[in-house]
Amino acid sequence: MFKGVVSKLASVLQNFGHRLIEQFWRLGSASRLFGYTLASSGESLRRPFLVIREIYFTGVLSLIIILVSAFFVGMVLALQGYNTLQKYGSSEAIGVLVALSLVRELGPVVTALLFAGRAGTAITAEIGLMKATEQLSAMEMMAVSPIARVVAPRFWGGVISMPLLASLFSMVGILGGYLVAVPLIGVDGGAFWSQMQASVDFREDVMNGFIKSCVFGVACTMIALFEGYDAPPTAEGVSRATTRTVVNSSLAVLGLDFVMTSFMIS
Amino acid sequence: MTDNIVQIDNLSFGYKGRLLHKGINMSFPRGKIVAIMGGSGSGKTTILRLIGGQLKPVQGEVRVGDKVVHQQGRNDLQKLRRKMGMLFQQGALFTDLSVYENVAFPMREHTSLPESMIRDLVMMKLNAVGLRGARDLMATELSGGMARRVALARAVALDPEIIMYDEPFAGLDPISMGVICNLIRNLNDALGATSLVVTHDVKEAFSFVDYVYFIADGVVAAEGTPAELRESTLPFVHQFVHGEVDGPVPFHYAAPDYRRDMLRGRDV
Repeated sequence: MFKGVVSKLASVLQNFGHRLIEQFWRLGSASRLFGYTLASSGESLRRPFLVIREIYFTGVLSLIIILVSAFFVGMVLALQGYNTLQKYGSSEAIGVLVALSLVRELGPVVTALLFAGRAGTAITAEIGLMKATEQLSAMEMMAVSPIARVVAPRFWGGVISMPLLASLFSMVGILGGYLVAVPLIGVDGGAFWSQMQASVDFREDVMNGFIKSCVFGVACTMIALFEGYDAPPTAEGVSRATTRTVVNSSLAVLGLDFVMTSFMIS
Repeated sequence: MTDNIVQIDNLSFGYKGRLLHKGINMSFPRGKIVAIMGGSGSGKTTILRLIGGQLKPVQGEVRVGDKVVHQQGRNDLQKLRRKMGMLFQQGALFTDLSVYENVAFPMREHTSLPESMIRDLVMMKLNAVGLRGARDLMATELSGGMARRVALARAVALDPEIIMYDEPFAGLDPISMGVICNLIRNLNDALGATSLVVTHDVKEAFSFVDYVYFIADGVVAAEGTPAELRESTLPFVHQFVHGEVDGPVPFHYAAPDYRRDMLRGRDV
């Protein structure tokens, strides 16, 4: 009986240790891929059409979902914000609330989460399938580095797209908030814009939001690329890798957001 | 066999402590077509990957020309690979590119030829495989046999010295098989290249190759010209060449006694 419990405990610990070591291995492999990607970036950036193509696939094709979501998020923010602010007689501050929420937090974070779901999964599945159909091996045998030709352009495409998408998200969100607050609820338009202009600081708010979106761009794109590159070349392997892209990117975005916010606020 | 473009000496390779190859020796003479044959999972494709430097041997070496493949640095390995062309089992065409762009890919990557010259070269390569008319199709619109032919045109785009074929006949209809056999022979002779064909299709391979290596249990079990191997009395070669169900390669995977397995959990 005692012996059985001990052996079961040992097996649980062994499994835990095995998984932990595996995670460290993966982290090491991801860092190595990141290093190779940066080292191969010069080669890719010298051929800008490769990066522009990826900006189109990850950025332009994500516009619809980003802009529609931003519009609704802005409208909901205005509705919820007005509901609370009017109790304190400061409903004119609704513009400030909408703008600060979007520029500082929701813009970069929600864009990154949507980006991971829309573009990240596409990147993982594409690279995973290229691996499964031996396209990456074929490239290698043609003396063409898959990291320089496939990974690095996608990396820069994602990193450039993310801050642009986050900026558009904030802009469209503010527009959505304006439409609900001013024409619908009847808040004074002049107060809406002037208070926003007076309270939103370019360096403190806009730039910090921009920095966040750049960091999220690197994290989400790199996770998507690594998961695709590391995926076992089978249907199940690619499907699991795609799921991991969404889960890991979302957790990374939320964790990094907390860390960066704590530094930015202090 | 003095002028060997590829030479494999005492090669051992394996994964996770299990050896797939145990001291293999092979020679690939310049200008010849050599087949590497053996059952599924015998490590035939792995040999091509070792020659291409995608894998490193546990022991022994693979020489291409006068260079030991696994000792080359990144840049030297890339230079070495430019002498090789490889046809993958399913073609491995880039699915986001057209037939034309697939064949032009290695030229665009490794040369700075003007577009007009690239066009002429692509047309010549596609014409050689009979698919000049399919240049505007996407890779996903091709049948298995056509994809294999386009991949062949891409593999020879830069006139390689060594052309490696990984299961070129797998999943093809008899007409496509005949077409591929002819193409391998004609391209090899026209380019003055050396071809390595990994396959288990005895009939097709024996019709056009110059020399054959049989791999079994991690070693070269037999070698010779197709005529010699047809007459071979070695049990393994006889079973393989004549497609017999049972022999040295058993029909059954290693398993416990059938009777005991069926009666497990009952009173015997």
